[in-house]
Amino acid sequence: MLSKRIIACLDVRNGQVVKGVNFEGLRSAGDPAALARRYNVFIPLSVGGGIRTEADAAAAVDAGADKVSVNTAALADPALITRIADRYGSQAVIVAIDAKRETADGRFAVYARSGQRAAGRDAVEWAREAESRGAGEILLTSIDRDGTKAGFDCELTAEVSSAVSIPVIASGGAGGLEDFVDVFTAGRADAALAASIFHYAETSVRALKEHLRGRGISVRFLRE
Amino acid sequence: MIALIDYKAGNLTSVKKALATVGADLYVPAAPEDLAHAAGIVVPGVGHFGATRALDAPWIDAILARIGEGRPLLGICLGMQWLFEGSDEAPDLPGLGLLSGRCYRLGANGGRGVKVPHVGWNSLAIERGETAILEGVDSGAQVYFTHSYVAPITGDSAAVTEHGENFASVVQRGYIAGVQFHPEKSGEVGLRILRNFLDLAG
Repeated sequence: MLSKRIIACLDVRNGQVVKGVNFEGLRSAGDPAALARRYNVFIPLSVGGGIRTEADAAAAVDAGADKVSVNTAALADPALITRIADRYGSQAVIVAIDAKRETADGRFAVYARSGQRAAGRDAVEWAREAESRGAGEILLTSIDRDGTKAGFDCELTAEVSSAVSIPVIASGGAGGLEDFVDVFTAGRADAALAASIFHYAETSVRALKEHLRGRGISVRFLRE
Repeated sequence: MIALIDYKAGNLTSVKKALATVGADLYVPAAPEDLAHAAGIVVPGVGHFGATRALDAPWIDAILARIGEGRPLLGICLGMQWLFEGSDEAPDLPGLGLLSGRCYRLGANGGRGVKVPHVGWNSLAIERGETAILEGVDSGAQVYFTHSYVAPITGDSAAVTEHGENFASVVQRGYIAGVQFHPEKSGEVGLRILRNFLDLAG
């Protein structure tokens, strides 16, 4: 049985790992190499941020990335998803969707440029299109929950995960162990990503996995 | 020296790093004739079956010649699927045909609704006890997969994995072995499998 994945996220700016709240007020969380060493070496690595062309994707793969994630550039040119998938396979293409709940109608709107600009698209509809164009996974971030530790947006995650047949990685809002249980059950997530709680060493990946296993959720352990 | 075949299908960096970690002396042959002194051959790869088109007749002849001389081959992911007769992913393109059967899309045989691609950590159910490539690996060990197409279960299957349906996750027939998952991304279990391959290559 396929295990649920826990993904540690390292956001790097100017050589430092940074973390903000609601995509703003980035603060340093340490040296990227030192943080990366705290995780495992021979495990999959995805690279995203500023990938605009096939050449950018190729450079990331050549540097050792297993997958690339595209966001703003795919919104501007959705055919980019297909071009990268044709070259490296769908499994190498993650479409990152940053979504925010609209107060007017309760729908989830997509934002581009690190949450700065409304893209004029609905998150569920865009996820479906990304899948049809060849995306292998969706990395779905709730801008409302980012860095808040208020829990994942399970409603957003479940809506998107139910609408597509590719894996959905939930992101934004991880605060406590029970938040992961919620996103893997109510949120129907295939994987969950977190940054703050791991960087600031509030929780170890192992402690989290033990908690999940105790709640009947299949996860991978390095050693029994 | 282990020859790592580069046919531009995905990431050689991590395969190189993992093989070097277990002590392999590696080279990337520039032309088929460079395979003449390979102690073993690794065909990595991730992505579309169509990428194997780059492994044309001269490469196939050179690879088959080394296997014929008793040198082992390890196919990883797409490199494993290439060992079969072909794949529904690129119906007009034959595979190497050393293993019988045809690769097909997960779920095509009516497997229950699971997400495809199959991405993440899943377990090996070891079918055959004394398979050299799985020496020291326990049934239930978890390894990292990322793929949409799978190889059929045949007499060559050494381990199977379930994702909506069972498929061949490790194959071995004589000097030829293949793994559907990525040993270079599968932590200690993956490194053990690469070490087993090096032992086969002597």
